[in-house]
Amino acid sequence: MFLRSALFKGLLGQAVGTVIGVAFVWMLRILFGAAPAFPFDAHREPALVGGAVIGAISFMVFAGVFDDWFKWTRGESTPDHHEPDKDKPGWWRYFNVDYDHKIIGVQYGVTSLIVLGAGGILALLFRIELAQQGITFLNNEVFDLLFIGTEWYQHTSAADLYNTFMSLHGMVMIASILLGVGAMSNYLVPLMIGANDMAFPRLNAFAYWVNVPGALLLLSSLFLGGFDTGWTGYPPLSVRAPIGVQMFLLGVYLVGLSSIFGAINVIVTTLRLRAPGMTMFKMPIFVWAAFATAIIQLTATQLIGLSFQLVMFQRLLGMGFFDGTVGGNPILFQHLFWFYSHPAVYVFILPGLGVISELLPVFTRKPLFGYKWIALSSLGIALVGFFVWAHHMFTSGMTSYLRLPFMYSTLLVAVPTGVKFFSWAGTLWRGKIHLDTPMLFVLGSIVIFLLGGVSGPPNGTVATDLHLHDTYWVVGHFHDTMFGGYIFPLFAAIYYWFPKMSGKRLNEFWGKVHFWVMFPAFLVMTLGQMYVGLHGMRRRIADYDLGPVVENVQFWITIAAFVIFSSILIFLVNAYFTAKRGEVVEGNVWNSRSPEWQIPNPAPLHNYSKQFAVIGEPYDYGHGDEYVNMNPAPSPAGD
Amino acid sequence: MNKKLLSIGEYVLVAALVVASTYFLGAKVLTNEFLLPMQASEQAVVIDELFGIHWWLIAFFFSLIVVFMLYSVFRSFIVHGLRPKREGFGEYMEGNARLEVVWTVVPLALVVWIAFLGADSLGKVERRYAGPVEINVIGTQWSWRFEYPTEEGVSVVSDKLYLPVDKPVVLHLQSTDVIHSFWVPEFRVKQDVLPGGEAFTRDLRITATEIGAYKVRCAELCGESHWSMQADVQVVSEAEYEAWLVQAGEDCGDEAVACGQRWATQFGCVSCHQAADGPIVPTTGPTWLELFGSVVSLDDGSTVTADETYILNSILDPNSQIHAGFRPDVMPKNFGELLTEEQINQIIEFIKSLGQ
Repeated sequence: MFLRSALFKGLLGQAVGTVIGVAFVWMLRILFGAAPAFPFDAHREPALVGGAVIGAISFMVFAGVFDDWFKWTRGESTPDHHEPDKDKPGWWRYFNVDYDHKIIGVQYGVTSLIVLGAGGILALLFRIELAQQGITFLNNEVFDLLFIGTEWYQHTSAADLYNTFMSLHGMVMIASILLGVGAMSNYLVPLMIGANDMAFPRLNAFAYWVNVPGALLLLSSLFLGGFDTGWTGYPPLSVRAPIGVQMFLLGVYLVGLSSIFGAINVIVTTLRLRAPGMTMFKMPIFVWAAFATAIIQLTATQLIGLSFQLVMFQRLLGMGFFDGTVGGNPILFQHLFWFYSHPAVYVFILPGLGVISELLPVFTRKPLFGYKWIALSSLGIALVGFFVWAHHMFTSGMTSYLRLPFMYSTLLVAVPTGVKFFSWAGTLWRGKIHLDTPMLFVLGSIVIFLLGGVSGPPNGTVATDLHLHDTYWVVGHFHDTMFGGYIFPLFAAIYYWFPKMSGKRLNEFWGKVHFWVMFPAFLVMTLGQMYVGLHGMRRRIADYDLGPVVENVQFWITIAAFVIFSSILIFLVNAYFTAKRGEVVEGNVWNSRSPEWQIPNPAPLHNYSKQFAVIGEPYDYGHGDEYVNMNPAPSPAGD
Repeated sequence: MNKKLLSIGEYVLVAALVVASTYFLGAKVLTNEFLLPMQASEQAVVIDELFGIHWWLIAFFFSLIVVFMLYSVFRSFIVHGLRPKREGFGEYMEGNARLEVVWTVVPLALVVWIAFLGADSLGKVERRYAGPVEINVIGTQWSWRFEYPTEEGVSVVSDKLYLPVDKPVVLHLQSTDVIHSFWVPEFRVKQDVLPGGEAFTRDLRITATEIGAYKVRCAELCGESHWSMQADVQVVSEAEYEAWLVQAGEDCGDEAVACGQRWATQFGCVSCHQAADGPIVPTTGPTWLELFGSVVSLDDGSTVTADETYILNSILDPNSQIHAGFRPDVMPKNFGELLTEEQINQIIEFIKSLGQ
């Protein structure tokens, strides 16, 4: 059965396509005398890149993502919605190309968690190495066996392994977060605004599926010599790195395509498909966050694609874009890269901050304090976020005076972010607080994101950043913003909307255990990271010699990382048993005003059997008026 | 009791808790003594002053939000119980436009102020003094080289950075391959080291203030052995510095082996190839101990005797013969340009002297 699913067909297609692509480019090169027929080893990079590109395209074709579009070009018509096949088991839809936004949302979510697990395991591997001074773990012969027959066989050095694991951890986690953001926007936005699907369901499926070959390419770098460049891939280092770096560049390229197409969908859906009466300022606040996120994704992602493409060309064709000796400039890459990659961190956190704002009123039984200010602060962060990229380059040697305007613009981000914190505190004030698992995760998010927020300004002022840049302080700051702005809100969202997805409620007790294990461990981890960073611990190093205190702290950071990982295992076990025989819950589990909770669990196939009308404010807890009328009188003619 | 009075009391209590928490964090936890390494440069003093202001702001804003949050949870326990019913509501308040304006405008003013302080600090950190000591710093995967230009134009070259105490120094930073970054934590300041020639030379100004030994640590990921790209820094008195310059500038003499050892150290060879006595330890490149005359297995399965030709070839064109167990493209390919023929021959003599 699985052998007939789109996922399997796609994987098969990718394998076949890769082989054909490699053979094709190789033959061309032999024909033009650019490569010897034997051995393959000598000039294989162009062939492998060609194979990877053809392989990714083949995946999409074989999986059937283009089927409807192909039919249209042939002049055939297809139904608007493909009804699910009644003969097939329940899991079938999730392994096939489906146009229902809820299915796609879950596909995004599950893929995101799998990729999150992969990124976590990579982190644990290099955390063991860092637990004590000296190279002690990655020089183990087991790793030689792991890479038998690959680029690395007999060449594996502990430092290379460390660099590759660390680099992959970064990029794999970013892919996971982008997938998770896709999961939240896809699942929630149409439900919240009263639409039956996204504006472009086929594009939506495309945006999901392109991630699969992308993630595979990314992980394949592990078997092609890895890459020791960090996720930032700065040239000239990335120009000199092993072939693995090409798979990394291509993988990111594909994941970037997903961002762009997904974002178009979210923007058009939000602008065009809202229920009658739902003005922009009456949307659930999460939709504002998703909207602001999509604007960034749509307009900034191209720049990272471009910068990576230029590195690819420099490697393959010898174009010296970033080579100072032939008229290029290595700093140019950093500008292009950060022009996306700084706004990208707001892509990672804005949906999470939206979840916090969305859930707080439900669990405090109060209106959201300053709704409009929170909504506009998301747009404010998105806008200011475009003018701060060069703060990643205060020590880079770019034109010196530019550091001043970028310092002012960077610190300015604190203002809209502050508005969110103050408004959250206002929402909590005198609330009737229910500490259910989702709320615990929301409160945890606030504390951790606050740590990430207050540790930001020292990076923002140039003079102090000269000390902090490229140290573990930045690592700690960044993990705080990612866990506070994404991981904790993601779990809040999963615990909160799980009944909507499955009809069952996750076990509260084990949910609380998950939180109380993960939260303190996380604090130990990042506070430790900031401490060692201030004391001279550089980023991305396989070993250090900073004395017993730093070594002690490093040890506890490693322990904390393992505790965090085990808390996520607790969650997975909980989710598994809940799905099998969890408490079945009907209706409005959390007593929310939001429209998605006014329909049965799990959400029906086409969401709303009847278009609802918005008649009140979204978060007026404590007022008599309803937010939505699920059963409005039929509107007068024309509509 | 009067309801309004109770309400005012509540605010007073929360404010007191915020103040207490701010004081505890700011004065007892977030201090420069606890958080930062020793101060060993004039620039560090300026930067640490700004750090001090940041710590207090962190203490205040962290306390403000967390105290409000915890108090709200605590108050809900008291008023509504540990497990409140789903029905019923918290106190109804939609928002407060005046408050929103206040917590937009006040942080805005704070931001402008702290950015102004940041600019001021930066100006002081980068202050230029007349007649500084000039040193060229060259970063190479994965070692540092320091050149001391003298009036005669002759450079002293060293793998250690010697600095005279209390004298302004300007470092001219250049890389021969990828981007590196010059950082001595005790000096605080950091500057990336760029490849690409003269146009990409960057300057870093430091005035060391404490005699002692430190380490320059490469802070920008630069490949396999990035973690070990460190060099010793010695801050010494001016007299000692002058004496060291004279001694280091002396001709290496006629001893080919001694000269070779000197070049191998100065140009960073021995940071990847073991040349020190003792058991053979894994290093980035093949060991030099007992190398000469031995039979070397190569990557492609063949073997070669490590004679003068092999070693010369390995220095000038490192990719042509790869020692089994090591990777191509690791060793820089430009030693033919950096070193004179005589220096290379002396290095080979030095390798010969290491056994077999």
